[in-house]
Amino acid sequence: MELYEFGVGQLAEAFEKGAASPSEALSSVLERIGELEGEVHAFLLTDEEGARKKAKEADGLWAAARKGGARPAPLAGVPYVLKDNICTNGIRTTCGSKMLEGFVPPYDATVAGKLSGSVLLGKSNMDEFAMGSSTENSAFGPTRNPWDTKAVPGGSSGGSAACVSAGFAPFALGSDTGGSIRQPASLCGVVGLKPTYGRVSRYGLVAFGSSLDQIGPFARSVEDAALVFEAISGHDPKDSTSSPRPVPDMRKACKKGVKGMRIGLPREYFAEGLDPEVKDLVMGAVEELSAGGAEIVEVSLPSSMYGLAAYYLAATAEASSNLARFDGIRYGFRAPGAKDVVSAMKKTRSHGFGDEVKRRIMLGTYVLSAGYYEAYYNKALKVRRVLKEEFDEAFGKCDAIAGPTTPEVAFRFGERTEHPLSMYMSDIYTITANLIGIPAISVPCGLSKGLPVGLQLAARAFDEETLFAAAAEVERGAGFAGRIPGRIGGASR
Amino acid sequence: MGISRDEVMRIAELARLEFGEEDAARYALELDLILGYVAKLEEVDTEGKKPLTHAQELVNVMRQDEPVQGLSQDQALMNAPARKGEFFLVPRIMDNSDED
Repeated sequence: MELYEFGVGQLAEAFEKGAASPSEALSSVLERIGELEGEVHAFLLTDEEGARKKAKEADGLWAAARKGGARPAPLAGVPYVLKDNICTNGIRTTCGSKMLEGFVPPYDATVAGKLSGSVLLGKSNMDEFAMGSSTENSAFGPTRNPWDTKAVPGGSSGGSAACVSAGFAPFALGSDTGGSIRQPASLCGVVGLKPTYGRVSRYGLVAFGSSLDQIGPFARSVEDAALVFEAISGHDPKDSTSSPRPVPDMRKACKKGVKGMRIGLPREYFAEGLDPEVKDLVMGAVEELSAGGAEIVEVSLPSSMYGLAAYYLAATAEASSNLARFDGIRYGFRAPGAKDVVSAMKKTRSHGFGDEVKRRIMLGTYVLSAGYYEAYYNKALKVRRVLKEEFDEAFGKCDAIAGPTTPEVAFRFGERTEHPLSMYMSDIYTITANLIGIPAISVPCGLSKGLPVGLQLAARAFDEETLFAAAAEVERGAGFAGRIPGRIGGASR
Repeated sequence: MGISRDEVMRIAELARLEFGEEDAARYALELDLILGYVAKLEEVDTEGKKPLTHAQELVNVMRQDEPVQGLSQDQALMNAPARKGEFFLVPRIMDNSDED
């Protein structure tokens, strides 16, 4: 087994025992990246020099610990990747947009600070400003799915998902506003968690929909995702929406099993539009949960299929406001040649933003404008309330809700770019968790036509423990942990 | 509910975007399709429901009023497309200004 195949926990253990050093692990992943990045295009930037320096520091820390010194942070020396909408001090952060092509943040996001002992390999590709489900909206070209390079990796955190799937890094962070961690995790065959809203600080995450955005981990096993989640969560005075609740031992939760747990299956999630093979694999995983001692109950979320419509009004409204800051004055791109400040802003925004971003700004501006606010924006927020009440009721009958993460496996490039709505449909099952702020995880449960299928589990707010316990059970049944596709693109191995 | 080309232009003005004729027509069509889809929200009975703006429904999170170090002026200006000394430099704002 090569070091690039090691998971987060396995690497930390190897460092602790002296079986491998952070610099050796780094060399292995860098070699892997050098070999396959041309096929995958997961990165917008790699920082080999910074990574080597950091790995060397970690070599010293682990060596000192073996001689009886202080124990380093659990993820010290472990290589990782950040989505390119997470600010990194002195390292370019583009959000996949021409608008921020030359932007170098003067500060670190809180999550980057919390992982300062780990080895940052670079910044991953994404749909521009996290708007999209395939990375096809990146201004710098799409990422390809390591399982089939003719297929999309999902999005918007497609670069992070592909990095972990391809063996470029044992973990990565992404952001999830409507499914942008779970959907690419599902399509790339890795574990992806959207934590409870408020669990992880959003300080330094370039805002899309502030009431919906949450940073979370990608990893190749549930336990690795749990380790990373523990490392990045907790209260941050710089994000007033972050929660002061203590974060329990998530690794323990992974070993808890599901005996006595009640798993709810919403009948609406298994209706039309769901690929039959995806359905079969998801139901197979549900049977594993049942075999592990969970009680399977039917629940109903009658309004859940309206979540997507409510989301596209709430999220675009918030985005139109958040993206107003990109005016070409304080940072980022400025279009040349404008005579006055207003036309400079218009030119800057019209040239700096791509199509989908402009579409969403337009929609958001429209639904917030006089005369439409009540009919669209407020109506969406009332539906959001209805959704929350329906989930609250369902969580009276069960501890976790299970279903498919996406209706289908990874689709091909160009298949959905012409029709914005067909692209949006890819998030139909993931979107409600953001609207009501609950945690949800996608865990691989098998392959359909050679492409990964993800099972999604959602739980009550701040109950990630239940998610990890159930997801670990699914993972044991599927035997998917640690899996990396055998052959990527045309590259021979 | 159809969106006219004029309406697209009006929203673009509000959003500080500009479009050519062809793009405006395309955006009108695409926004129409999306609004047609979201219109199905009408089917949900929301009588008496309070809008949910935020999942945790937090209000007024306070902290101690203690000064902390922020960005330096140079850091704040380092990404400016144009600067003049300690200031962000922008094209002129007032129409009647004869200043260059």
